[in-house]
Amino acid sequence: MEPNFASYSVGLMAIIKTEGLTYTYPVATKPAVEDVSITIEKGEFAVLTGPSGCGKTTLCRCFNGLIPHFYRGDLQGHIRVIDFDVRETPIHKLALHVGLVFQNPENQLFALSVEKDVAFGLENLGMLREEMQKRVNYALETSGISHLRLKAPHELSGGQQQRVAIAGIIAMQPEVMVLDEPTSFLDPLGAEKIFKVIRILNQSLNMTVILVEHRLDLAARYANHVIVMDRGKVILDGEPKEVLSSEKARLVGVGIPKVTRLYQRLEEDGILKASEIPLSSEEMIALLRGVLAGD
Amino acid sequence: MIDVKRVSFTYPNGTEALREVSIRVRDGEFLAVMGQNGAGKTTLVKLFNGLLKPTSGKVLVDNVNTKDTSVAKLARSVGFVFQNPDNQLFCETVEEEISFALRNFGFDESRVKRRVTWALNLLGLNEYRKTSPFMLSGGERKRVALASVLAWDPKVVVMDEPTIGQDHRQKEKLRQFIIQLNSQGKTVVIVTHDVEFVAECAPRIVLMSSGRIVAEGSSKEILTDPETLTKASIVVPQITQVFMGLADLGFQFDVIDLLSAKKLLSERLIKK
Repeated sequence: MEPNFASYSVGLMAIIKTEGLTYTYPVATKPAVEDVSITIEKGEFAVLTGPSGCGKTTLCRCFNGLIPHFYRGDLQGHIRVIDFDVRETPIHKLALHVGLVFQNPENQLFALSVEKDVAFGLENLGMLREEMQKRVNYALETSGISHLRLKAPHELSGGQQQRVAIAGIIAMQPEVMVLDEPTSFLDPLGAEKIFKVIRILNQSLNMTVILVEHRLDLAARYANHVIVMDRGKVILDGEPKEVLSSEKARLVGVGIPKVTRLYQRLEEDGILKASEIPLSSEEMIALLRGVLAGD
Repeated sequence: MIDVKRVSFTYPNGTEALREVSIRVRDGEFLAVMGQNGAGKTTLVKLFNGLLKPTSGKVLVDNVNTKDTSVAKLARSVGFVFQNPDNQLFCETVEEEISFALRNFGFDESRVKRRVTWALNLLGLNEYRKTSPFMLSGGERKRVALASVLAWDPKVVVMDEPTIGQDHRQKEKLRQFIIQLNSQGKTVVIVTHDVEFVAECAPRIVLMSSGRIVAEGSSKEILTDPETLTKASIVVPQITQVFMGLADLGFQFDVIDLLSAKKLLSERLIKK
């Protein structure tokens, strides 16, 4: 059985907090992120979504200090991650606490073997060999790439590379895991497996997860916080059901799950009405069964 | 027409990507090649424009063996849009990127201009005309790559994972756009594991697993067959899942798209 994610409670401690965060890339004329004020609590599974080009990736780069330290440009407002002021904290220090999986895995992998790539972060922590071996094995296994251990990352397919990048972060077990469309190259079953692993880490280690994702069909059920961006701004921020059922989400083109859209169409026509909007096919089946009972 | 005859393909490192695959893509057809990561989907379509040549067997494009001609010639009729746009883009502005191939094919400047403007408008990229492709988001870069291929108007358009990184609105545009291209007589081949996208487009499907074709048929046939789909690491579309879950209430379950689902449910719910 699927665990009941809805009953999962989160601790009340802000792990990421931004206030009036505005960022402009060096040669750009308008900000990529504008006046963003959000709070992500420790242990949350937050999904960050919105149309392509809306600033999701840019915001993620602020979470681990790539912005402003690597990309430079102009950063206004405040951002604290764990207990660090991002502006004052070097990337290498933030990287110990915040793991980032890039959208394009090729940009992230560099070692000569998958195993070495996954172990790289741990080596830098100065971890004991035995513990390192254990972590690497666990990460390879849960990402389903044990058999690729000795392969060179650049010889792998896009989907396999994506798994290697994810394994690298799973091995690190950082307090905050930021994943930028981590499964875009994976087939649906592969993507689902990865989401489940992330959810397990989130629950068992109370790891905070920020997932950038268009495919809410797959991801919505794992989230307890959804943030929607559009043209650099946060336009919706709240509980998944509340956010995904809002008119605004639909207008901006958020990838609302198919069953949710089916429900919405039936509701518009006054044919179906539920107290809670369905986000998964299981919820939709239960709803329809309830209504059609006694047929 | 593209005719793949008993083709096997082994990469130089020894990976056997295709084993005795035979498939025919007819003119004006809309085909989706689906299957798990590493199934051989990308390898298969790279044979279509001669980027790869078979290790054994042969590939005929309009009766010409791809071994007897150049990629440059084949590209004029079979346009290929890569999975990762970064493998394709290299110019300093979006406009130059799209013009590049057109000039290579010997289009005159006024035609280049017209085609570029047409392609930019088509994919909603006009505001980025003078922008560097590398300043764009992943999803936008993907559209630039597509625009640059469509600009030279190939007879066959092959798109490797076109929906990756595209938001819902872009996907809907892409869907309408593919259907429009196809209805104008263009052959469209997409490689994808985006089940929900395929469910709304309803192309013919070729399902691959471990270098072989394991099933072929209409979207309705393939997407409502959980056993076959699981073999290829694909999940049943959400709409179909709902109807399968209601099968004992007398619903048919070969439903894959939103519109049909709404119609069928409305009929039943209104009676209540």
